[in-house]
Amino acid sequence: MLKQSVLQIEHLRVSFRIHEEYYAAVDDVSLTVHENEVLAIVGESGCGKSALALSIIGLHPPERTKLEGAVMFKGNNLLTQSVQALNQIRGKDIGMIFQDPLTALNPLMTVGKQIEESMDYHTTLSASEKRKRTLELLERVGIPNPAQTYDRYPHELSGGMRQRVVIAIAIACNPAVIIADEPTTALDVTIQAQIIRLLKDLQQQMNTGIILITHDLGVVAEMADRVAVMYAGEIVELADVYTLFTRPLHPYTRSLLQSVPSTQTSRETLHVIQGIVPPLTKLPRTGCRFRARISWMDESTHESHPILREVEPNHWVRCTCYQHFYFPDGGERA
Amino acid sequence: MTFLQVNHLKVYYPVRGGFFRTVIGHVKAVDQISFELQKGETYGLVGESGCGKTTTGRTIIGLVKATAGEILFDGKDLTKLSRREFAQHRKDIQMIFQDPYSSLNPRKRVLDIVAEPLRNFDKLSPQEEKRKVQHFIEKVGLHPESIYKYPHEFSGGQRQRIGIARALTLNPKLIIADEPVSALDVSVQAQVLNFMKDIQKEFQLTYLFISHDLGIIRHMCDRIGIMYRGQFVEEGTKEEIFQNPQHIYTKRLLSSIPNADPLKRQEQQKLRQQIEKEYEQSYSRYFDVEGRAYPLKRISKTHSVAIP
Repeated sequence: MLKQSVLQIEHLRVSFRIHEEYYAAVDDVSLTVHENEVLAIVGESGCGKSALALSIIGLHPPERTKLEGAVMFKGNNLLTQSVQALNQIRGKDIGMIFQDPLTALNPLMTVGKQIEESMDYHTTLSASEKRKRTLELLERVGIPNPAQTYDRYPHELSGGMRQRVVIAIAIACNPAVIIADEPTTALDVTIQAQIIRLLKDLQQQMNTGIILITHDLGVVAEMADRVAVMYAGEIVELADVYTLFTRPLHPYTRSLLQSVPSTQTSRETLHVIQGIVPPLTKLPRTGCRFRARISWMDESTHESHPILREVEPNHWVRCTCYQHFYFPDGGERA
Repeated sequence: MTFLQVNHLKVYYPVRGGFFRTVIGHVKAVDQISFELQKGETYGLVGESGCGKTTTGRTIIGLVKATAGEILFDGKDLTKLSRREFAQHRKDIQMIFQDPYSSLNPRKRVLDIVAEPLRNFDKLSPQEEKRKVQHFIEKVGLHPESIYKYPHEFSGGQRQRIGIARALTLNPKLIIADEPVSALDVSVQAQVLNFMKDIQKEFQLTYLFISHDLGIIRHMCDRIGIMYRGQFVEEGTKEEIFQNPQHIYTKRLLSSIPNADPLKRQEQQKLRQQIEKEYEQSYSRYFDVEGRAYPLKRISKTHSVAIP
């Protein structure tokens, strides 16, 4: 079954002004989000994954940000829309789930009113219809006693329940796309498992495309359908989740997978990626950007202008260095 | 050899209410827990937020006052010591904090940060002090010249290593590591964890490792205690906890860990549903009417479970 695409990111470049100069945090990224799929964007802090997500819905301060390329949604380029036009889309067609549910909610407003707020902007429902819909939503996201919770304030709820409320707000107007920025990072593992399940169910029931931003490879393995691995503002590998976990190719992806302590396998020492993620102002702009962190590799294995290539159907890898890559400390665990 | 023994430790916080702000109840942050650390081992305290694992660690190092119970270290009960007597032992117990961004004073140079514990206990000349600080800074893999820099000039992993250098200066015997890597990126996490293992061998350290991340706990720890609402529900070796969990809460916690194999998604989901069902059905077998765990019962030499 071929899935319809709902959002296309085309050659997106997001640059921030630092001391009168613009530095690209996201550099020439093209991605397509389909309906009924979770597209995960993975990478360490500073790789540009959040900058990418926030630029889709125009949440960067315009006076310090330069956006190039296009984000096509329902035939419009979101990057060139006015604030008024964006306000019609944000919260309605594109929902957002943030990392910390406590700061994402208004502490002075009851849960019910906050969910209704998005309907105030985007629908013409009457007060009683809105209340009815809100109660449905609360039930749908798995909150026991919706009628009671409706009148509660965020501080009266646990972290997991708050995140459910945030999700209820995100899905209130049946969005085509949901952007979830580290949706489970602030939660305990048992709650995390429940929230992942909930998001997976909603994706399938509502046919939504979810962009999942995370650094947690476990969450990716549980939730994603396709995965884009980002490093230094670029996508270095793009594949479906099974391929990425069984046959990772790019050195960065392979290194990341080796550095996580896993409960399934044990290994005395973890793999350490040499060096650090360079700060935005010092990102390498030419050649393979991961080059400095795999310095034992011969320079000739890198391309001078690495491009993202489809090396097998639907499996894209940047630079040729992956063909020769090996770990200096020997084996890679299965 | 028993190195540190915690007996029936309680940390209660009074809840005040009513007209005269009288005590109307207690929050039982830590409730009657007992465990012991052997020399040279890594003991993991695991649980979800609010289970009392951090409070336990902070009580051992004296940052929180115990309500009742004993903490025996070197044959002395730390909870009964006066401030001055306790100060002698503080040398032997050091702490690594969670957030390397807030646990280093931004207005102090690395030299002053790392030398602070030395200045409290030893009278060293400035040269000796500098030499010693540089020694430890090199040990944690930083350049000796970096002692004149300020914390903001370092990355997260480097900062955490400065925190570790500070903890090492007094040659401690026990290090309490409270979520030492949860603020770090995975690749940096690996670096700090490897490093902690290396220095454990070199300095014969005992670790009390507090974390909510079961992957890291499994990687680091020899023995593990699972905490739930201020109490222990299970204790055992790494193998016993991960391969043969007995308490329903432990099972639930283990099944919640994301499975790194996307092909096992369905399987994992089924397992979770099954355990969730068991949890609901057999709740009363594992918890009393107030929802509290039963006292630990030994089921093998090293494995204890809270069952009636």
